Amino acid sequence: MALPRHKEPDPKILVFSSNAISDPGIDLAGSAHLHYSTAVQVIPLPCSSGVKPSWILHALEAGYAGVFIAACGGDCAYLSDCTDRTSALIRAAQALLKEHQISPKRLKMSGLCSVCADNFVSHMSKFKEELKKLEPVT
Amino acid sequence: MTQKRRIGVYICHCGGNISDYVNVEKVADAVKGVPGVEVAKTHVFACSDASQQEMINEIKEQHLDGLVVASCSPKLHMFTFRGMAKRADLNPYQYIQVNLREQCSWAHTSDKIGATEKGIHLLRAGIAKCALTHPLNAIRVETKPRVLVIGAGVAGMRAAIMLADMGLAVYLVERENQPGGWARVTGEQGPEKQNGDQVVSALAERIRQHDNIMLYTGAEVVSKDGSIGDFTVALRLKGSETVSLNVGAIIVATGFAPYQPRAGEYGWGLPGVVSLADFRQLLSETKGRLEYQGKPVRSVAFIYCVGSRQTESETCPEPNAYCSRYCCSATTHTAGLLRQLDAKIHQYHLYRDVRTYGALEKLYEKARTDGALFLRWTPEKPPRVETKDGRLSVLVTDTLTGNEELEIGADLVVLATGMEPRQNEGLNSILKIPESTDGFYKEIHIKLRPVETVIDGVFVAGAAQGPKALAESVASALAAVAKTGGLLKKGFVDLEPLIAKVNPEKCTWCDKCLQACPYGAIKRIHTGEKEIALVIESLCKGEGACVPVCPHDAIEIEGYRDDQIMAMIDASLKEVATP
Repeated sequence: MALPRHKEPDPKILVFSSNAISDPGIDLAGSAHLHYSTAVQVIPLPCSSGVKPSWILHALEAGYAGVFIAACGGDCAYLSDCTDRTSALIRAAQALLKEHQISPKRLKMSGLCSVCADNFVSHMSKFKEELKKLEPVT
Repeated sequence: MTQKRRIGVYICHCGGNISDYVNVEKVADAVKGVPGVEVAKTHVFACSDASQQEMINEIKEQHLDGLVVASCSPKLHMFTFRGMAKRADLNPYQYIQVNLREQCSWAHTSDKIGATEKGIHLLRAGIAKCALTHPLNAIRVETKPRVLVIGAGVAGMRAAIMLADMGLAVYLVERENQPGGWARVTGEQGPEKQNGDQVVSALAERIRQHDNIMLYTGAEVVSKDGSIGDFTVALRLKGSETVSLNVGAIIVATGFAPYQPRAGEYGWGLPGVVSLADFRQLLSETKGRLEYQGKPVRSVAFIYCVGSRQTESETCPEPNAYCSRYCCSATTHTAGLLRQLDAKIHQYHLYRDVRTYGALEKLYEKARTDGALFLRWTPEKPPRVETKDGRLSVLVTDTLTGNEELEIGADLVVLATGMEPRQNEGLNSILKIPESTDGFYKEIHIKLRPVETVIDGVFVAGAAQGPKALAESVASALAAVAKTGGLLKKGFVDLEPLIAKVNPEKCTWCDKCLQACPYGAIKRIHTGEKEIALVIESLCKGEGACVPVCPHDAIEIEGYRDDQIMAMIDASLKEVATP
């Protein structure tokens, strides 16, 4: 019989952040020593409007339990309708996930400002709990 | 990959900031075997001169063709290490920074094993991205030594004079028939008691005499082409004549619009209810006894925060949430002017908070000590203005006297109206500068890049960017001058090459990218037998909105290419032996 594990590993979360807005917010969480799961990995991009649904699908198929888009929101310096555009690609990605029998609940998006450190940490802990309740991706 | 890469990986202790929580030696060991990694070492402070020199020597001696530094956030040292790469004759765009401090050690101080594992994942993702880099060159654009300044208010006029003094040619464009903007009609300005129209006349005279400035009044911008360093702008002059200008940069100083109260708002529309600007006009025209429409004025009530700091309600569906900054000072300054004219006139100042910041506090202090009465109201119970027996009556619940409702008889009610963004739809569609939620032109970063917009080469100055007092407007105009001068006196500008790139084989021209691009950076071209999209390098901002909308995966952002992101995802998931 295998020994009981000391602790269930946390679900792996991939975060797509944006260089100018949400990534500094995530940096600030670290600067303030706010803790979140070490299973969270961040890939920064120029803007959340540029995330490809195929990247999200690939991440979930390859082993991430969830993908979180830390969107620029209303602070985006490039696009005044950044939130609409990011929401549109989220809808496209959710449709793609359904086609591949992956729960769209594994994808989350929220606007995250450059000082939204607390927000980020609370999103990560909530998302972690939600992902734990889902059946593993097969 | 055609050729094996030779990547140098350097992991920073940050003097303990990283190494106290992440076992950096273990991370270095774990990535040593990653394909393409030639060197994997740690440094106590990677950013120190000595460490940089060591890395430079190693890059040269080992002929490294890729560089990964895992240290603090790229916001701090990306440019430091790009510079280091350049000094080592390595292309700066083959350098990748991994955020091992803000997004790893500092966020996981209570889990050293977890932080070390995560560090290995982050490093592997960075190495995977680095392995797929190729040399890129900054896009160099020559700049024209000429500037277009839109708006000849005080901000625009000051900017024009300073730029002209630097030796740049300036085209100053004003929509109205004379320069000066609002300052021309506001009368005496606090606190140095200069008269607005005198300030404007003095500036206009300097402009008239300056060889380097061409002033166009009654003129409007009707089109803009080109990009940073080389814009072509068309103006329509009086009599529908057009002029074409070629400039290297543009300063937008189009100012504000005064808030127009709604009918019935604080009695607006009742005889005797006037705006602060109207009241100041009346004061400046009055010699002797103050009268309004033939009747003597014995009592004046000022209501503050009209059109500012609003909350949403049925009557105010689109509130101005911001403070207009100038009104408290202008109103307390007006109190002084009124007292100077006639000390016997009763003054009631109905305010929410007095924001006479800095030295302007003296205006407020003087108004109070000179006998003006200040009453404080809250937005839950705003003052009401009515007519009673042929006279104005103001009802205010004063929080300073125990929330008592007081009735004030007034001959005039003066509304301290705030600033609003100007309705410039034509200009907005030409310039495409993003607006803030308040509707003013938005800078890139309020503290770090306060006069630059996301449109390279287009700067904002003055109240076009948000409510400002005159002194603040001038300060921002001179900041825009400094940025513009810095750009144009150098003669060229280097732009980031991390922009969109079309794969001509995959592209079939469907115009989706064209529709997604707000910067006009996509052009349809013919190549051989087919039509494809072409990216205009100097206009592309590289934000990537075109990337997910392409149905053929034919467009991507350099530095964030499909293969790079996919490789990062895969590399970050590779299991690590528990350290």
